[in-house]
Amino acid sequence: MTLEAKERRLGWGLVTPALVWTGAFFVLPFAAMVVLSLAHMEGRAVVYGVDAGNYVRAFTDWTMAKALLNSLEITVIVTVVSVLLAYPLAAIIAFRVPARWQRLALLLAVLPFWTSYVVRSYSWLLVLGQNGVVNKALLGLGVIAEPLEIASTRMATVIGFVHFFVMLLTLTIYANLIQLSPNYMRAAQDLGASKWQTFRHVVLPLTLPGVVTGAFLTFVLCIGDYITPQILGGNTELTLPQLIMLQMGRSGNFPLASALSVVLMGVVTLAYFLSAKWLRLDRV
Amino acid sequence: MKKTGLIPLTALGILATASPSFAQELNALVWCDHTDPELVAPFEEKFGVKVNVKEYEGTAAGLAILDQSQPGDWDVMVIDAVDVGRAVEAGKLAEIPADALPTADFFPELVMPANNTVGGKTYAVTEKFGYNTISYDKTKVDPADMQDMAALTGGKYDGRIGIYDYYLPVLGLVALGQGLNTADIDAGTLPSLKEPLMKLRASAKQVSDVVSAQTALATGEVDIVVGGGEWLTAVLAADNPNLDWTIPKQGGLRWAQSIGVVAGTTQPDLALEFVKYIVSPEGQARLATASCYWGMPANAKAGEGLTAEQKAVLRWDEQPEFLKRAQLYPIPDAATDTAMQDMWTEMLNQ
Repeated sequence: MTLEAKERRLGWGLVTPALVWTGAFFVLPFAAMVVLSLAHMEGRAVVYGVDAGNYVRAFTDWTMAKALLNSLEITVIVTVVSVLLAYPLAAIIAFRVPARWQRLALLLAVLPFWTSYVVRSYSWLLVLGQNGVVNKALLGLGVIAEPLEIASTRMATVIGFVHFFVMLLTLTIYANLIQLSPNYMRAAQDLGASKWQTFRHVVLPLTLPGVVTGAFLTFVLCIGDYITPQILGGNTELTLPQLIMLQMGRSGNFPLASALSVVLMGVVTLAYFLSAKWLRLDRV
Repeated sequence: MKKTGLIPLTALGILATASPSFAQELNALVWCDHTDPELVAPFEEKFGVKVNVKEYEGTAAGLAILDQSQPGDWDVMVIDAVDVGRAVEAGKLAEIPADALPTADFFPELVMPANNTVGGKTYAVTEKFGYNTISYDKTKVDPADMQDMAALTGGKYDGRIGIYDYYLPVLGLVALGQGLNTADIDAGTLPSLKEPLMKLRASAKQVSDVVSAQTALATGEVDIVVGGGEWLTAVLAADNPNLDWTIPKQGGLRWAQSIGVVAGTTQPDLALEFVKYIVSPEGQARLATASCYWGMPANAKAGEGLTAEQKAVLRWDEQPEFLKRAQLYPIPDAATDTAMQDMWTEMLNQ
């Protein structure tokens, strides 16, 4: 056997357990979900067949289409805001914090991860409430005369999400920044570039892969999240995951829930291909 | 064997012998009030068993759990009284001997044979009840306004109302507000509830589940909860005596939860003993004041196990009057139920 064949066999041997796991616990269940999405309900019974009615309803029923739009809007806002906040934080940790303190700085940056997700969401509800810390502080400072309506609104949902995803993005962007050789920036400045020009033409392009990867992860996790909009959003608007949960938990309409889930997967897949194309993963 | 291998093995052995072991375990699918350790402790001690509880939300979710389980995985189930028939139809509940249950001691309205029996056979027994009506902060709203549902959409309380996120009782309340009895909600009358429901939603700040509704009322985020009742305010009474509830002149809804033995249980006798314990005076007194939410016990003899303060919070002496003015949940057919949920979803996304 040639060396190449041996290496290929070794590669397959190493990747096979993961493939089997993915096949058994993702591919097969997903296929079952697609089959279920083509079924329909008669009374309380599921009738299997090939019926695209659930997909038609997902896009023609305004309530459902609006839920998808709400999810997309919130996710895009959260992703953009999180990137804008995480990048400076990651840059400060990477370039300004002394090397011996960077690990501690990262630990502090991701400390909220240590709290239960649900507890964190309820905590935000108390902080953003009419009698919460934010309103009390603003009222006490005389900035506002009446409490702001933040809890149970889209803004509360976005704040809850951003709080979580800034931590995630800080890690991915930091990992990219720390690998940049300082010689690139020195070379740029030696050639007369200002700090802004160095950042714009050297640092930013080199760190965009980390940004895009983090943004993709943020997009995927945010658009599929049910807890934060449910707790912080006050049901003032439905997102697609909440709609899916309603179909499953109350209506027992699993075919429709499956179709909506496949639609959600489709959106995530589209985001993946756009990210992969941008990152040129096909050339890796 | 290498000496280093003895240490982890010894540790495992110590751990195994140190862990308490029970001869039997009882698995229960429940609502959050049954997760209170004080509720199940006497039963566990008496029978030397461990009661494992799994909380679920929504009958559809509970039935889905049973669908995905093997026979024998679950022994008892707590279920909305209106859904007992649905669970029996799905083959999920086992018959229980009616003469083993102390229903003779129940409040007569809470025996509910129409809900708990199918074809003359008993499949569940009512264990707790209460009201879905109007909860409010009496220091923030005029209690006199809360006697009339029309005040909720009159403009005075816009943005200060929370709606309990459960379509059946809230649509029932909306129906009562329109002069329609809950038993008369069907495919023909349902469309007439859409406009008042949307109007109520437009006046409300949020639509929330049990915990969020309690938090919102307690923190002043909202001053009124439509669909609330003693189940919302009683557990907060000690720290928030300003919270109250009432049944308005149009009436309120009576919620009830039942408990039954799951079909296919491998320990039917123990499961029945658990049901009997829950509906016994002691079990009922503990369940009535369990954490998560309080509610009236179905067994009137539970009063002997409640303190005067607990009875006052539950409004024990006012129950005969409340029971007269409260109607049962709507029990729609499958198509009307779907239509109600679609209307609710549309309301949420308005």
